[in-house]
Formats: sequence, C-alpha cells, structure tokens
Amino acid sequence: MLKDAVAKFANEQVRPKVQEMDEKELLDKTILKGLFDQGLMGIETPSEYNGAESSFMSAILTVEELAKVDPSLSVICDVQNTLVNTLFGKYGTPAQKEKYMTRLATDTVGCFCLSEAGSGSDAFALQTRAVKQGNKYILNGTKMWITNSYEAEIFLVFANVDPSKGYKGITCFIVEKDMGVKIAKKEIKLGIRASSTCSLSFDDIEIPEENVLGEVGKGYKYAIEILNEGRIGIAAQMIGLAQGAFDSALPYMYQRKQFGTAIGDFQGMQFQVAQIATEIEAARLMTYNAARLKEQGHDFVKEAAMAKLYSSQIAEKAASKAIEWVGGVGFTREFPIEKYFRDCKIGAIYEGTSNIQLQTIAKLIKPKYV
Amino acid sequence: MSALRILVPVKRVIDYTVKIRVVNGAVDTNVKYSINPFDEIAVEQAVQMKEKKLASEIIAMTVGPTKSAETLRTALAMGADRAVHIEVPEGTEVQPLQVAKIVKAIVEKEKPGLVLLGKQAIDDDSSQTGQMLAGLLGWPQATFASKIETAGEKLTVTREVDGGLETVSASLPAIVTTDLRLNTPRYASLQNIMKAKKKPISTISVKDIGVDITPSIEIISVSEPPKRVGGGKVADVDELISKLKAAGAI
Repeated sequence: MLKDAVAKFANEQVRPKVQEMDEKELLDKTILKGLFDQGLMGIETPSEYNGAESSFMSAILTVEELAKVDPSLSVICDVQNTLVNTLFGKYGTPAQKEKYMTRLATDTVGCFCLSEAGSGSDAFALQTRAVKQGNKYILNGTKMWITNSYEAEIFLVFANVDPSKGYKGITCFIVEKDMGVKIAKKEIKLGIRASSTCSLSFDDIEIPEENVLGEVGKGYKYAIEILNEGRIGIAAQMIGLAQGAFDSALPYMYQRKQFGTAIGDFQGMQFQVAQIATEIEAARLMTYNAARLKEQGHDFVKEAAMAKLYSSQIAEKAASKAIEWVGGVGFTREFPIEKYFRDCKIGAIYEGTSNIQLQTIAKLIKPKYV
Repeated sequence: MSALRILVPVKRVIDYTVKIRVVNGAVDTNVKYSINPFDEIAVEQAVQMKEKKLASEIIAMTVGPTKSAETLRTALAMGADRAVHIEVPEGTEVQPLQVAKIVKAIVEKEKPGLVLLGKQAIDDDSSQTGQMLAGLLGWPQATFASKIETAGEKLTVTREVDGGLETVSASLPAIVTTDLRLNTPRYASLQNIMKAKKKPISTISVKDIGVDITPSIEIISVSEPPKRVGGGKVADVDELISKLKAAGAI
C-alpha cells in the first residue's frame, strides 16, 4: 500500500512537472509540499514528532518509487530521511528531537554538510572550524556540493573544534539558516537538476552550545556511520532510476515497427531487454538485502557498498541501453529517457564514489583471508 | 458533533489502469487490484463529512476474499475508523443482489444513519447494489450524487441526469450512491497508512451472516471486444463512394 500510494503521488502529481523542474533547475514548491503532506519527509520519525513512524525499508521503497519518476525528487526525500532525520533520531537530545524532527517531518528541509573544496572522500582534510567561546561556538568555513541546501533551513554542519586532535575534533552542529548561513553559489549540473546543490559559507556564525548534535569530537564517526546507511538509499534511487528508464522505453519498442516487426520482438532486442531486466532485479535484491540486514541489526557495510556500487552501474547501463533501444526519440527531450541518463551519473559520485565503495568492499573482504 | 454514523461498502476491483485481458474464457486476475474508484469517492465524502463534524463514525465494509482486506486498509488510511470484512473463499463470485443482502445484514447490526457507496463498480458496471439495498431496507435512495448536503435529519442530493442536474431530498436513514464529480479523493499519507494498520478490522465469514450467496445470474461467456482491423486508404471521393456502395453502406 505504501508503494502504491507513493507511485500514485509520483505519477499523478510529480510526473507532469518533471521536465519543467529539470529545465528550470528548480524544485516546484507544491511538489515539495506534497512530499511533506504525504508524510514522505519523516518516514521513520516517531509519531510524537509528526512522523509516520515507519521502517527503514519503507524509506527505501519510497526512494525507489520516487526515482522511477524523478530521481531528483527522490534524492531530496532520501537525504532528509536516511541522513538528516536519522542523525537526529540517533544522536539528538529529547529537546533537539522535539524542536527539529517535528519541523523536518512537517515543513522544513534539512541538509547534510560534510564535503568541502579540499575534503570529499578524504573527510580528514576538513577545514571548517568551530571555536568555543563561553557557551557558544563560532563557526567559520565553507562547504561545497551540499544537496538540497537551496531549500534547506536546517543544516547539519561538520566542523572541527580542535584541529590538533585531527578527525577526533570533528563535531556535528545543528545550524539554522537564520543564524547566518549564506548560499555562496548554486551549481548548474548535468543531472538531478531539480535537486539543488550549493556551496555554503559560514562567516562568524554563533551557534549555541546546545546545538551540538551528539558528543563533541564524535562527528566524524557519526558521518561515516550515517553514510554507510545512506548508501542503501542511493542504491534504491539508482534501481528506481534504472526501472524508470526501462519502463519508459519498453512500450515504444512494442509500438514501433521496422521491417514489419515491432523492434522489441527482434531477438537481438529481446536478449538485451532480458539481460537488463535481470540486472535491475539483481541490483534490487542486493539493495533490499542490505536494507534488511541494516534493519535487523546485522553488519551491512559491505553489502550496502556493493548495492550502491552495483546499482549505480546498472542504472547507467539501463539508461544508456534504453536510449539506444528507442533510437532517435530517446536522444531527444520529447522522451524522458535522456534525463535518466543524465541523472544516473551522480550515483557513482555522491555518498561515497564508486572507487571508495570498491575500497570499502576490498577492505572488508581481506580480513577473512589473512 | 453529529451522531450520524456512516457505513461505506467498498469493493476490490482490477485497477483502472490495467488493460483487461481474457484468458481461456475468464478475465485474467493475476493483475493489480485496488479500491473501486467510485467507492473511493464515497470514502472521501464520508471523511469530509466527519471533518466537518457532520458525522461521528465511519465504518468501511467489504465482501470479498482474504485479499480484500487491503481495500479496507485503503479506506482506513483515508480516514475510516474501523472496518468489517465479510470473507468469502477466493474465486467466489458474489453478485449485486447477494452483496445487497449482506450489506443489509451489516446495516441491521451496525445501525448507521447513512450508507454511502459508489454508483457502480468498474469491473462489472452493474450499478445495482445501492438501489437493491434501498429496496431491501425500505430506505430512501439518492443515486449518482454529485453534491450532498445534510441538515439535521434531512439530506439534499444533487444528481447528474441526462438533461442536467436534479436535486432530490430524503430523510435519514438513507442510501446515497456517489458519482465521479462529487469530490477528488485524497492521497493516503504515510502517517495515516501507518495508523490504519492499528485500526480494527473485524472479519466475519459469509456463512455466519446467514445470507445465501448462490449467484442468481448465470454468466454464459466472457470475451474480449473484437480487435480493430486496419482500414484501407482511398484516393478520392469517387473511390470512397464506390467502396461504400460495394460494402452496402449507402
């Protein structure tokens, strides 16, 4: 029923706006409001904070369903649920949860601010500083490529309070937009264009001490942990994307005739379709399995990395093939497939690049054999 | 708050987006199912009335196999308070008269002041259950409602008829069947889907209702509409006329 409800919302409300949002590189406000009204921005949030109090698997299914129609919208929902809400849920004090989780489930977009110009995969190189002065911290620095930051009003900012301690100085701060967060630049992108990506600057922002999320110095640990789970969300986005591209191509293939036969009925095409369908199914099972392991409290880091790596590869392959299958129209903007092809590239980049996933997988394999 | 209690019978039907296929003389049932869209409108109407404090409780009910419970969950997620599932074995055909008799039994048990249901189900398009139910109960009926207003024990219903709009009034308790333009059903939010899981559904076997569900109408055959065949092109009007003459059309 959850899948049906999300699919209905995505098809009836979102689909008509997808192309416009992509061209304007702007999220439609009514669609964003729809996400909140549907309860899709607080999927796991407890009902006392106006959340749906559902499961991680529900979040994964939601992200997948949205991505079938618009991968951009999907990532907005994904980051809110699997990163921002989860961080508050895991490490927030009751007062922080009451104040922020309620807003995040009701009407406020949050974002996760880790990456910097010199610090992406290498989180140790973090340059943003927070200096303690009495009962507050003074925040200075810049963050880059922050997903959803144009719409966001709550920012989870990772900053170092004591560079001499290295990564053990990294702390997570809850920063509100009106404390003085400035959007330095909104990026113009290849894909997922309706999801904003900006660089942010913090210039002597005063943050009250009670806005430290969790413990001082534990921020790096939190970020790594949360990204391990977050990857399952990105894997879900990628399988939704792959399925969306596939679903856009197939009807046309059985409609268009060449040499008197529907192109989908040529054996050369049949085999390609079957191959991609199988690979999407495999990626989906890997993703669901990683989600299941996480939900049941088992180790899931390797499986999540594998799911994200593989799903992003399959998404690229499915979107690319789908364009070839429909031919000329697939290359035009008349058809939605070229957008899936542009959107898929991000899957190999954010929340840990494919190379980082490979490294993580390799690192977790080795101890079993040495 | 009004003490009006509303019973909304809903039906699980093949989803309106599915292309119906006939396989070996029977409709292919291995497809997506959902709540009958007209019944969804009836649920929405009931929920709106409750939100306006015109009703105190909404009871959804269905007659169908185990899987029909999903349809009741949809009604509960939209805002019904509780549900009654009259369970029949998978594959049992229950025709409108038998459904009306079962609903009558539930009406006698639950004593609602209003029964709201879709004007027809999109699978068999019978458009009979509401009318038969009114007949069996001896209650007034207002069918094909496009607008419903209540004032105390009075009900004013605007109906879409061939010539335009017709307004009828009835006293409660009554039966109202809902038409397409009455409202736009809401999406069930995730919060409400989760809450619906905790709402009670009482399941009663059709045997315990004491209604004989033996079909009273025999279905002789089921077939797909004939496939469209491609036509030919004509070069000019003269050729068209000669072809029409040859076909005996003019």
